[in-house]
Amino acid sequence: MITLEGITKIYHTGEVEVAALKGISLHIPEGEFVAIMGPSGSGKSTLMNLIGCLDQPTSGRYILDGYDVSALTDDQLAWIRNRKIGFVFQSYNLIPRASAVHNVEMPLIYAGDNQQRRERAMAALESVGLLERAGHLPNELSGGQQQRVAVARALVTDPAILLADEPTGNLDSESSIEIMKLLRDLNQQGRTIVLITHEAEIAAFAQRVVRVRDGVVVSDERPAVATEMAR
Amino acid sequence: MSILEGLRLAVNGLLSNRLRSALTMLGILIGVSAVILLVGVGNGASVAVQQQIQSLGSNLLTVFPSNARSAGGVQQGFGTGSSLTLEDVKAIANRQSSPDVVTAIPSAGGRAQLTYGNQNWNSSLTGTTQDFPSVRNYQLASGQFFTSGEVDASSKVAVIGPTVATNLFGGADPIGQVMKINRQNFRVIGVFAPKGSSGGFNNQDDVVVVPITSAWSYLLGGRGRNVQQIYVEATSAEATTAATTEVTQVLLDRHHISDPAQADFQILSQQDVLASASQTTGVLTLMLGAIAGISLVVGGIGIMNIMLVTVTERTREIGIRKAIGARRQDILLQFLIESMFLSGLGGALGILVGFGLARLLPIAVSALPTPVISTPSVFMAFGISVGIGLFFGLYPANRAARLRPIEALRYE
Repeated sequence: MITLEGITKIYHTGEVEVAALKGISLHIPEGEFVAIMGPSGSGKSTLMNLIGCLDQPTSGRYILDGYDVSALTDDQLAWIRNRKIGFVFQSYNLIPRASAVHNVEMPLIYAGDNQQRRERAMAALESVGLLERAGHLPNELSGGQQQRVAVARALVTDPAILLADEPTGNLDSESSIEIMKLLRDLNQQGRTIVLITHEAEIAAFAQRVVRVRDGVVVSDERPAVATEMAR
Repeated sequence: MSILEGLRLAVNGLLSNRLRSALTMLGILIGVSAVILLVGVGNGASVAVQQQIQSLGSNLLTVFPSNARSAGGVQQGFGTGSSLTLEDVKAIANRQSSPDVVTAIPSAGGRAQLTYGNQNWNSSLTGTTQDFPSVRNYQLASGQFFTSGEVDASSKVAVIGPTVATNLFGGADPIGQVMKINRQNFRVIGVFAPKGSSGGFNNQDDVVVVPITSAWSYLLGGRGRNVQQIYVEATSAEATTAATTEVTQVLLDRHHISDPAQADFQILSQQDVLASASQTTGVLTLMLGAIAGISLVVGGIGIMNIMLVTVTERTREIGIRKAIGARRQDILLQFLIESMFLSGLGGALGILVGFGLARLLPIAVSALPTPVISTPSVFMAFGISVGIGLFFGLYPANRAARLRPIEALRYE
């Protein structure tokens, strides 16, 4: 599903060159639930931007669902993001003036997919258990509910991967467990999930944990036993 | 993303900042209503001037003597020559040599001081012949005009305009009364009906008309038997060109001039006057429109300003939209529709306000001509206002469309 080959990313800030990623190779097969862990400054956000097609690597190859996305134009990347990737952000990133259901159907609007748009958005909301909140604005919902709306928005186009960037970073522990269980359920239904986090308890929900430090992969393991919280 | 979806987004965006949207719209509203109103005033002035000129008679030709030359050959003022005579008038009026001419009248005059009892009035004096009312489109309200007999006899009779009647005689009936024109006694035998022309320099109701022979004998002393102008009535407005040719030929023959370029007279038709007046009012309309147009441009800059603020404010939203798959053109379209909707709505409201002001203005300021609003100018004003939204929205929208998603998402 995802193949990264020798990915590097160098940022130019004035005269200084900062290598955020120094050659990362990674393969994530379909249906896997992978957590990418690392402290701040490790390059995990850069990696997430590249996997999410929000940015292009300086060198290396990135194959997503059969598409080589390391050399696409902005509009082609927009298409990939729209069809292949569902984003869940730390700060939910819902459009404040739009109702929950309108937020969820937004990717379909940009896909130019008008067939049963409202029905599909409602179905996605139902799958995260928020059908009765469809008409509410984001600021009328709790943090956990907003994040579930964001998950519904990520799912509505039936993407190849779900990319969750610190999805529990702004939530209390109860809502965090709810969201993580939702992601685990989605994975058990066959969805490929890439989770970016720095919390071990959260990473424990994944089948596989990839640790990144200073722009390189330092470990890649499958913990045999899930932690207490993830059970 | 469909246009309809974009329109929904635009309305949503504008409603989220009602006061700001309303104020921005106000800029365009004022601009468009100013254009509508001022162009309407210009057109109104044009129509009024044309009506005034038409009331002189659109089939009227005026023959002026050429400018006199001093001994050294220096040109004197317009119409200062003395080449026209009463015999010229009679020759022009002859239907044999000029079939397109109904009749012709001489004119000589100037300013005159009128006195009646203890009242004084300064008016425009014209000495002419019995055909004056038909040639110059005057109707008589009471009394009668002088006859050819009275012209031949140099009778001291006068016909006055309604302005003179009001100012000199007050409410009294002027017919049969004797007034003084430049200290000479003249009997008033008729009063013209008002021509309804506006006040000012050329008030056609503020006139006193006497037989040209009497004017020569008693009022224009020392200037000889000189015809200052000849008014020629052509058979119709269409016949003025033919009549001009005929009059030219008659006068050239009579004055023994073979080269038309050396003619000692000039002929001006009302069509010429109308054309030059239309040109003048056209320039006036253009100037008023241009002044109003400036306010429209200022309104457009206001839109650009607000759209730039909006784009900055919504940087994060743009980032979210891009992350979930909006292409550049989707973002561009969203903001363009928003600015065009803003300016288009402002323009539509401006048209309504412009119409309203055009109705109210003549009531408030009676000196202004009634504004005439043409349908094309309304459509043009609306089109221009939408165009302004497009033009001034393009830069902010393009700026939004070019935002990089990761940077936009990171924006707080």
